[in-house]
Amino acid sequence: MAAADQDRIIRVRGLVTRFGSHVVHDGLDLDVRRGEIIGVVGGSGTGKSVLLRAIVGLLKPAEGRIEVFGQSVRDTSDAEYRALRRRWGVMFQDGALFSSLTVRQNVEAPMREQLQLAPDLRETLAAIKVRMVGLPENAQDKYPSELSGGMRKRAGFARAIALDPEIVFLDEPTAGLDPIGAAAFDILIKQLQNALGLTVFLVTHDLDSLHAICDRVAVLADRRVLAVGTMADMLEVDHPWVREYFHGPRARAALASSVTEGAA
Amino acid sequence: MPKSINGSVQLSVADARLTLTGRLDIGVVGRLDPHAILAQGQGQGVSVLDIAGLSQIDTAGAWFLLDLERRIATRGGSIAIEGASAVQAQLIERVRANLAPDDIPPPPRKSPVDHLEEFGRKTASAGRKSVELISFLGQTVATIAGIVVHPKRLRLTSLVHHCQEVGLNAVPIVALMAFLIGVVLAFQGSAQLRQFGAEVFVVDLIAISILRELGILLTAIIVAGRSGSAFTAAIGSMKMREEIDAMRTLGLDPVTILVVPRVLALMIMLPALGLIADVSGLVGGALMSWIELGVSPAVFQSRLVSNTDVWHFGVGMIKAPFFALIIGIIGCYEGMMVGGDAESLGRMTSTSVVLSIFMVIVMDALFSIFFAVVGV
Repeated sequence: MAAADQDRIIRVRGLVTRFGSHVVHDGLDLDVRRGEIIGVVGGSGTGKSVLLRAIVGLLKPAEGRIEVFGQSVRDTSDAEYRALRRRWGVMFQDGALFSSLTVRQNVEAPMREQLQLAPDLRETLAAIKVRMVGLPENAQDKYPSELSGGMRKRAGFARAIALDPEIVFLDEPTAGLDPIGAAAFDILIKQLQNALGLTVFLVTHDLDSLHAICDRVAVLADRRVLAVGTMADMLEVDHPWVREYFHGPRARAALASSVTEGAA
Repeated sequence: MPKSINGSVQLSVADARLTLTGRLDIGVVGRLDPHAILAQGQGQGVSVLDIAGLSQIDTAGAWFLLDLERRIATRGGSIAIEGASAVQAQLIERVRANLAPDDIPPPPRKSPVDHLEEFGRKTASAGRKSVELISFLGQTVATIAGIVVHPKRLRLTSLVHHCQEVGLNAVPIVALMAFLIGVVLAFQGSAQLRQFGAEVFVVDLIAISILRELGILLTAIIVAGRSGSAFTAAIGSMKMREEIDAMRTLGLDPVTILVVPRVLALMIMLPALGLIADVSGLVGGALMSWIELGVSPAVFQSRLVSNTDVWHFGVGMIKAPFFALIIGIIGCYEGMMVGGDAESLGRMTSTSVVLSIFMVIVMDALFSIFFAVVGV
């Protein structure tokens, strides 16, 4: 039991969030296991991004308990929260890069704030991270406004993994990318998850991502987590929205392509 | 015997093996000295770097190992990294694949010629910007002329909204500013004029300086800071969110919809604000003259009417619409120049304020020369 508890890197219990009278989550429970890629799906407005924000402490839930690494995110001192924050990285939808800094300086930013490193070393390590996410060498010194949407997302990912975190939270990493770019990003996530031993919390709409890289899927509907399990489990769930989502024409296409890829 | 070179990583050398144990992560790497480690291994012909005892390495740790390997290689030696777990080996290989390419050319040094070239480019771009600004002015004026012919094209609601925004809402600050300027002029003027027993000339001093120059100039500066910046920020953020492009694709002309109402509102309201500034400046001056010099309001009034040419007021008022045009055009133009990033919005807003205040003062100087020549 103790081992199982340790395995749960994120533990959300009875989460309630609301904006005014609008209730987003009502008694939401979710566990994330160490080393997995969990995909969080749900219709627009079901609070996927809100859940992400609540877990990383950007948003204060009305009720409930959120534990990351066995430590509550809400009831901690500032120092503890800072230490906690160093162990995860967040990538926002459009990268959320600092527009006044170059790509490499963006990746250096968390190192600069959290660690005392010599500038040379910081630059070398940041440059490695920028190359790791597959950005070309000439992107290092470019400003975010000079990059395409896909490159900005990669740069945002590089910043999220700057400190070799244990968990990365990715908010719709493949949204707005062309299918080739999206597939390449999926592969990148998988590769870096292996190499860096990451746990990945992936908010997504992309059925191909779910098939390609997610170990488990959590479905948000009716203000809570309706179902958690593998893709195969999802096909069995009897709920109108889940049925429509995982049995719709797009889902079938994604499934078919992942099966042929698996066979090849 | 293992030697701790840091709180969390230990080093030992034996049988040509350099053994690292403990944690090697980004927090540790920064405090390690590769030279010291190499010095330890030097005499013993170390050929193996044993990392089986490392409980944890991250990207920075992997880089450090590869950096040691490289340093030894450059001295003509070689070292093999051994004992990595499968995960660690994968990480090390991934970092190795992403090390800096060897053939990065050093950044070229800037020669004096480069500086000269940069100066030339800046001058050329400033020239281009002036041309663009003038063509934007022409476009706006042409659109306004078009509206005179077809009055239906005027966005009346928008115009009224901007009149309230730039005019009515600015009344308190403009009136207070002018009142205080009147007070200051009377106070300073009386102190000087009293030495000659010419206290009563303080009325002329206040009337001419406020009506002719200060009232309208300071109003224009306040409006440039208040409304010019607001124009740039509003149009600039619309540009950033591609609203301007959306308008164009819908067949709506951004100049008609965004620029003309703002510029017209300023041209209507700046003279009005100037008038308010004149009145409240005179009131402030009269009040201070009464307190400081005992010049009663009645005396002040009669001297003002009999001794001050109405053209002083006329000169101030004539300048107002021109100042308004400058502020409006520069504010809207800089907004249109905002690029895709938040940084440029801030830069353009500050450029807009600085440039419009500067141009207002230049214009004021030109007007002074003009009125001196025509003898008003």
